[in-house]
Amino acid sequence: MSTTPAAASRRSWWSGRTAVIGIPYLWLLVFFLLPFLIVAKISVSEMETVTFKDLLTLKEGVLQLSLKFSNYVFITQDDLYFRAYVASLKYAAVTTLLCLAIGYPFAYFMARARATAQPLLLMLVMLPFWTSFLLRVYAWKGLLSDHGWVAEVLVALGIDQLLAAGGMIATPGKLLNTPFSLVLGMVYTYLPFMILPLYGNLAKMDLRLLEAASDLGASPWVAFWKVTVPLSKAGIIAGSMLVFIPCVGEFVIPELLGGPQTLMIGRVLWDEFFSNNDWPMASSVAVVVVLLILIPLALFNRYQAQAQEAGR
Amino acid sequence: MVKSQGQAYLQIRDVVKDFGGVKAVNHVSLDIQKGEIFALLGSSGCGKTTLLRMLGGFDLPTSGSIVLDGKDLSNLPPYERPINMMFQSYALFPHLSVWDNIAFGLRRDGMPGDSVAQRVEEMLKLVQLGKFAKRKPHQMSGGQQQRVALARSLAKRPNLLLLDEPLGALDKKLREETQLELVNIIEEVGVTCVMVTHDQEEAMTMASRIAIMSEGRLLQVGAPGEIYETPSTRFVADFIGNVNLIDGTLAEDHPDHVVIRCQDMTHYVGHGITGHQGMDVSVALRPEKIRLSRQEPTGQYNKVQGKVRDLSYFGSYTVYHLQLGSGQVIKVSQINAERHPEDVLTWDDLAWAHWSDSAQVVLTQ
Repeated sequence: MSTTPAAASRRSWWSGRTAVIGIPYLWLLVFFLLPFLIVAKISVSEMETVTFKDLLTLKEGVLQLSLKFSNYVFITQDDLYFRAYVASLKYAAVTTLLCLAIGYPFAYFMARARATAQPLLLMLVMLPFWTSFLLRVYAWKGLLSDHGWVAEVLVALGIDQLLAAGGMIATPGKLLNTPFSLVLGMVYTYLPFMILPLYGNLAKMDLRLLEAASDLGASPWVAFWKVTVPLSKAGIIAGSMLVFIPCVGEFVIPELLGGPQTLMIGRVLWDEFFSNNDWPMASSVAVVVVLLILIPLALFNRYQAQAQEAGR
Repeated sequence: MVKSQGQAYLQIRDVVKDFGGVKAVNHVSLDIQKGEIFALLGSSGCGKTTLLRMLGGFDLPTSGSIVLDGKDLSNLPPYERPINMMFQSYALFPHLSVWDNIAFGLRRDGMPGDSVAQRVEEMLKLVQLGKFAKRKPHQMSGGQQQRVALARSLAKRPNLLLLDEPLGALDKKLREETQLELVNIIEEVGVTCVMVTHDQEEAMTMASRIAIMSEGRLLQVGAPGEIYETPSTRFVADFIGNVNLIDGTLAEDHPDHVVIRCQDMTHYVGHGITGHQGMDVSVALRPEKIRLSRQEPTGQYNKVQGKVRDLSYFGSYTVYHLQLGSGQVIKVSQINAERHPEDVLTWDDLAWAHWSDSAQVVLTQ
């Protein structure tokens, strides 16, 4: 009586669900949470030539826990780290906004294109992934160098003057290794990550809602801002996260396309690990980066959950 | 028919909508009076929705014009028309609360905040949803959503209200309850209303006049009773309600009566028709206009004997399927007025069907 077929099948379905959800979580636990805890541990450890001192030591019957927070104190005191963090957040934010500004119209018209044309458009968005990311970023070095054709076109159009006026490049005509080339490289690289979730969201929007808006007196422009944009909020958030988060910690693009003005936190991390060999210091920097991204995310999620609750 | 005084409030003049060679709406002209509830009735693909969408401005007519209150709207976009629509399955904005859904159109007109609030409250009261103002549409039942959609489409006090299958998304029981409630609200507001439906009961219950559409054309326009009792074509007679269509020829043509000879029976119709002797006609005879008896009725016309092939008991009435000599089956419905009648007809019984000389409609097309 207790194990009816329905109950049994429900249980096996449930355990199947557990496995499907559980395996990725286990993966993240082993390959993200544990390494992060190791990094966190290193960040409060003392270096002993090539090894780390144990955090817990039992000496003459006294259990000692020694946590070295001087690295964190140093981060708050040394201007270099602060500026690198701010620069990282700034460039990531600018990149995200530009990706949104370029990606939204793109995704919008892709989602409204003829159904037969959409797979092709979608493939074109994903086409760059077929070439190595490193090669594509490296190619920009050639395109933006003094005799690169993109640089020449921009100079011929006088756009370099505008960029110089806006502080994106130091001297007109020199485009490479500037904030401009850095942001260009990041926008170029991360644009598909903005477009794909936006497209997914906009493509499934109910177009009758736009008819309803129009019926109630909204011009197409007003209907776009009052209906389409609010309804694509989830896509905007997902795309922005996918662009912003990796941009904060980006190392390769600033290394190849950035310049002395664009010291980002990824570069600082690299230097601490591989030039200074100061692993506890590097780990502290890494922990701060993660917290810097996680805390706003967690707050945002909380706010979202509360908004959902309030709506009920 | 009542002749309208002067110009009709809504005039649809020779409107055509051509979708790549297919005429979804084919030269339709229609006058609708102020305050009317008008129903476009037809099966799917008959063009009724396209016609409604042209009234709303979502599709533009290929040719012809639409004039509302003396103003030609044919080429105005929806957001410039004094017309609001209640969409099929409602199209409520999922990201807005009930209150904001109703206020949406008012805000687009730049109405000041306190007037918006006042009007929204008024609308919520009208559809009895005051308590639900803060809910999101997905937190409401189908019937409640339908009322929100109605409130939203009435909030701007449109000159014309369009209803696209207004009750199509509700289940049968709720639909019947809502029909009259909807009519009461529309009449309370006093708005002219055009609705589209494929449900003839819905059209007959709600509308003051109905247009039957088929293949992009209007077949007949009239009050529900007119269309039911005097259909103008075989298609309309067959489309609305149940009917027995019996083919025959016009045997005697007199100004005050005609005689129509059919295979199984001879009809005596108590009024003249426009036709000539020997012409092929159909006689439409509704099942509820026929009576049954075991004894042969007197007189030589308007009777036929048949065998009960099938009977369907519906509680309030029973439908008998009577097979005639030629093999044709006619349907006869009888009210079950008595609880336990003594002599009930059953399968394979022989019975006489008979009807009065005003029961039939003679159809020539």
